[in-house]
Amino acid sequence: MSGSAHSEHAESKVRYGMVIDLDKCTGCGACSVACQQENNVSFRPDESDKLRTLSWMTLYRLENGADYPDYRAAMLPRPCMHCDSPHHSPCTFVCPVNATIRDEHTGIVDHVAVRCIGCRYCMVACPYHARSFNWWDPTWPKSMEAMLTPEVSPRMRGVVEKCTFCHHRLNLARDRARLNGEDPDTVLYTPACVEACPARAITFGNLKDPNSEVAKLAKDSRAFRILEKLHTEPKVYYLSSAQWIRRQSDNGL
Amino acid sequence: MDKALIPEGVKRCPLPVFGLWMLFLSAVIAWGIYAGYTVLFKGLNVTGLNNYFGFGLYITVDLGIIALGAGAFFSGFMYYGLSRFFPRLKELHKIINLAVIVGFCCYTGALLVLLLEIGQPLRGWFGYWHANVHSMLTEVIFCISCYAIVLVIEFVPIILENRKLDAIKPLHIFGHNLHEIMAVFAMTGTFLSFFHQGSLGGVPGVMFGRPFAYRTGFFIWPWTFFLFTLSAMACGPAFTAIICRIIEKVSRKTLVDRSVYELIAKITGSLLLIYLIFKSLDTLYWALDTAPGFGLKLSDFYRAPYGMWLLFAELGVCGVLPIILLLTPQTRNSNGLLFLGFFLNCAGIVINRFAMTVEALAIPVMPFDQWAVYIPTWAEWAPCIAMLAYGAVIVSLSYRYLPIFPREKELNP
Repeated sequence: MSGSAHSEHAESKVRYGMVIDLDKCTGCGACSVACQQENNVSFRPDESDKLRTLSWMTLYRLENGADYPDYRAAMLPRPCMHCDSPHHSPCTFVCPVNATIRDEHTGIVDHVAVRCIGCRYCMVACPYHARSFNWWDPTWPKSMEAMLTPEVSPRMRGVVEKCTFCHHRLNLARDRARLNGEDPDTVLYTPACVEACPARAITFGNLKDPNSEVAKLAKDSRAFRILEKLHTEPKVYYLSSAQWIRRQSDNGL
Repeated sequence: MDKALIPEGVKRCPLPVFGLWMLFLSAVIAWGIYAGYTVLFKGLNVTGLNNYFGFGLYITVDLGIIALGAGAFFSGFMYYGLSRFFPRLKELHKIINLAVIVGFCCYTGALLVLLLEIGQPLRGWFGYWHANVHSMLTEVIFCISCYAIVLVIEFVPIILENRKLDAIKPLHIFGHNLHEIMAVFAMTGTFLSFFHQGSLGGVPGVMFGRPFAYRTGFFIWPWTFFLFTLSAMACGPAFTAIICRIIEKVSRKTLVDRSVYELIAKITGSLLLIYLIFKSLDTLYWALDTAPGFGLKLSDFYRAPYGMWLLFAELGVCGVLPIILLLTPQTRNSNGLLFLGFFLNCAGIVINRFAMTVEALAIPVMPFDQWAVYIPTWAEWAPCIAMLAYGAVIVSLSYRYLPIFPREKELNP
């Protein structure tokens, strides 16, 4: 963890962000599955209780509320928004033990599972429901244990977890940069969901680099963020040309 | 042996009757301990909590009883701090011991429930070690544990007044000296509890991503910080009065002068009035400014089963009505109406704590999200009910073996 979580944004070179094009998204769920696989997100034999599901990348179904033939639907993948509001994110502001902190050098909101006391205040404070609680001990079928990602620690029962923008991939990229004599603070990497998306609907990169694709897309006329009025300043942008989708993003404001 | 422990000159029920009562309470506590063990052993999956309702019955009960236990800090503040300037407040001397005991039960009971509430109870001390100074919950952790220690210190001299313990000279001197400096602890407790009650209010108030709970405020404190403190001051002494009345009813004795109830009614009624004015202003500002600013209407926040009736119950039935009952001399003269006023006062504050925790989470902030409902399981009810039984055990033992009511002998010749 570098930088102070309590300062205003540091003079960093990078601010990792994501753009998800809803016009391209088919709702196939590959991003969600890839995220689960990559980050060792455990699951239950019976996943019917969706309010207790562990999910870092949830797919929401959006509907325009009209009747056929005007009916429209879309899928909205929702990772952690890695809120960039000045001073604090909603979750980092409330955690009593500094288990969730924003790295001011990257803008990534991290969660330190081994420090989390499981008070769930961060879950309560997050308007995006981006956090899940480990209600049970994490288990995988025996045949799947060999497929666990070695770079990501499984989380124990009684702690909260959430999307980290595949922080471990960033660390690997930084290590690689150091070995190659490059600046580790400006590396680019690809989270698992971006890699898995067959429609190339997800773009990831440095929002601070005006030449990056993600920064350009974030300024696109189709771009919007969810609940802008809350001033949580999400670093996840969505693209859509459908007005009814954009209207839903901020309670019609 | 039992008779030798009972304060001189007072009568208590026969030991077998008391034993049966203790047995009943022990059974309830055992049920709660079993539930607690289940939660610790199996995890919070045995509760009704989920990813939407991270806070539930445990937190509601914690917040509720901490408010009801505020009689200890506020009575102490009035008696030790303000009675020099307002001699009428010296009347509280007749009930101050009970206020301390009730506060002790509430705070230690809340700590026990909190132990179950967190997913990793063995890491509870991280709140001190990795403290986030910006988090209201950090302030809660510090203040609740420090104030629980203060309440233990305040309770010790009362225990040492037991006939047998008082006969031991070193203990008598120790207890007497503690009494002498009790004002210091009472004021320390006032300071701690003020911030604790406030930071409990701050827990929902600072969540700027949650429009139902979020409140603007004064410097770093949201309005809920002050509203929680004020409401706790308004209901704490009322709860102490209710407990006192229950003991009177059960023991069929008069334990405090009626003037004490009258005084508490005037104090809590006035404070409830002040609270209700500020609470109404806060609600209006939130409904007319804060919520619309987030694209939400007042009606968006109230849907079955957490309908608008909750707001009416909290501010009307349990707000305006007890103010009328407690501040009108005619209704105050009637015991039934007086204690109905105290009860409604306490019930309103508990509803408020429920609304600020559970109801606040039912409302989907994202427009395409779902409205969720939370139903507590037995594993949540049992420890909470057991905590009440734990309080009843402490109060029963204290009443039987400690001289907590200085006027009991004179009032029951």
